[in-house]
Amino acid sequence: MKTKSNLERVLEAGQFAVTGELGPPQSADAEVIRKKAKILKGNVDACNVTDGQTAVVRMASWAACSIGKEEGLDPIVQMTCRDRNRIALQMDILGISALSLNNMLCLTGDHQKFGNHPMAKGVYDLDSIQFIRMVKDMRDEKKFQCGEEMTVEPRLFIGAAANPFADPFEIRAVRLAKKVAAGADFIQTQIIYNVDKFADWMKMVRDLGLHKKVKILAGVAPIKSVGAAKYMKTRVPGMDVPDSVVARLQGVPKEQVPGEGVKLCIDIINQLREIDGVAGVHIMAIEWEEVVPEIVEAAGLLPRPKLTP
Amino acid sequence: MLISEQKPFEEILGYLNGDKNIFLIGCKGCAEGWGSGGEKQVAEMGERLQEKGKTITGSVVVDMLCDSALTRLKLRTHKKEIDAADSILVLTDGAGVQTVSELVNKVVHPGCNTLSSGGAHAEWKEAERCLECGDCMLEFTGGICPIARCSKHLLNGPCGGSQGGKCEVDPDIPCVWQEIVDQLARLGQLNKLERLVTPKNWSVSLISGPPVKRFP
Repeated sequence: MKTKSNLERVLEAGQFAVTGELGPPQSADAEVIRKKAKILKGNVDACNVTDGQTAVVRMASWAACSIGKEEGLDPIVQMTCRDRNRIALQMDILGISALSLNNMLCLTGDHQKFGNHPMAKGVYDLDSIQFIRMVKDMRDEKKFQCGEEMTVEPRLFIGAAANPFADPFEIRAVRLAKKVAAGADFIQTQIIYNVDKFADWMKMVRDLGLHKKVKILAGVAPIKSVGAAKYMKTRVPGMDVPDSVVARLQGVPKEQVPGEGVKLCIDIINQLREIDGVAGVHIMAIEWEEVVPEIVEAAGLLPRPKLTP
Repeated sequence: MLISEQKPFEEILGYLNGDKNIFLIGCKGCAEGWGSGGEKQVAEMGERLQEKGKTITGSVVVDMLCDSALTRLKLRTHKKEIDAADSILVLTDGAGVQTVSELVNKVVHPGCNTLSSGGAHAEWKEAERCLECGDCMLEFTGGICPIARCSKHLLNGPCGGSQGGKCEVDPDIPCVWQEIVDQLARLGQLNKLERLVTPKNWSVSLISGPPVKRFP
């Protein structure tokens, strides 16, 4: 075991892992975090807390994670290169580990243009791959990026994102290989609605032997409305929503659409579990956390394993 | 005026590793003015490379390498020598290197680091081509610059927002990483994408604040 992460324990035990996602508030209200954490606790092995997703200002991920930890979650701190140079990233990494947080997802970050401060200066001193290597060097070599050594190293289970649906498709597995070579321990993918295309990507991943070197958690999300499905299909970069998904939601009366969205999510989880090399699912029910227990239970993923450190 | 200086010779030799026959290109504009890639420097570079066992198939020093039309004409008169080369070494700033890589279906190596535009940009009015970062990366990116043209300055490949050849930030902007991947595929060099590019030294860049050293 590299860390005290519950997610690492579950994956190392060969169990099919479940992670969730928690969006911090656009305020200093700690109760929002506590409420969402209580819903997710016991239903997920670890829980991502987003870091200014879509470049909107929200409570810092590490702070919300610390609150989530008090509520019994094993939080995954998301951290982006958009807002921090290598100095700030390393300072935060030290602090996160000192707060006994065990997991970190290393991201480049959504471009500032999409958020509520599009006039901000993007940092992008490092990219996600360089960031992953920096965390690994700090943890395994006790080295700062400049080469200087530290006394007590951060013990973090290192995560990275992968988007099987972005272009150019043919180099997507190669890019994953770079993240693995850089030091990623686990991968969480973009939300999957096009299972066939994801399966094609997984074949490329297996051909490179990557599924044996890194734990791949397939991303899923329930859709609440036909409008949301259409929005994701046409407006969100890097998303692939097949027509059949929109049609399925359109095929039921309006009041039944959320329920159908949940059923669709469960169906997708069941399909993903059959794909060789998928080590778990990452359920992103942002601002709809209350359906996570239902999804996890209906997918036959309860109870979650209780492994002692 | 784009201000550039030659990369260390050992770095250039590293780029040329495996290539025996080299065609050299310089520029009588900015690069000659700054002594990084004029007639004299191209001749000297040819001699140094020959000492290291390379064959120089030919060389040309163009009046304004960033002038695409002029460079196209000039390169046409050297077609045989260019065809005979394994790769091309360009001794000028990032704008000139990118003119050549756009015109020639060959591996193009940058021989200089671009330090500053000296207050004014040269050609390429339609798109920024060089941010004068002082640590030229064009060797690894098919002669197309991700520092100047990727919205996130990514050095290790496209982000998850590249779709249909467009950048997620604006559908009117091409994804430069799609262009880089296409170019490397054409050149049979997709394996260059497998290399882990280490964090960049921004201290030699204008982007990072007051410059330490701008002029050779």
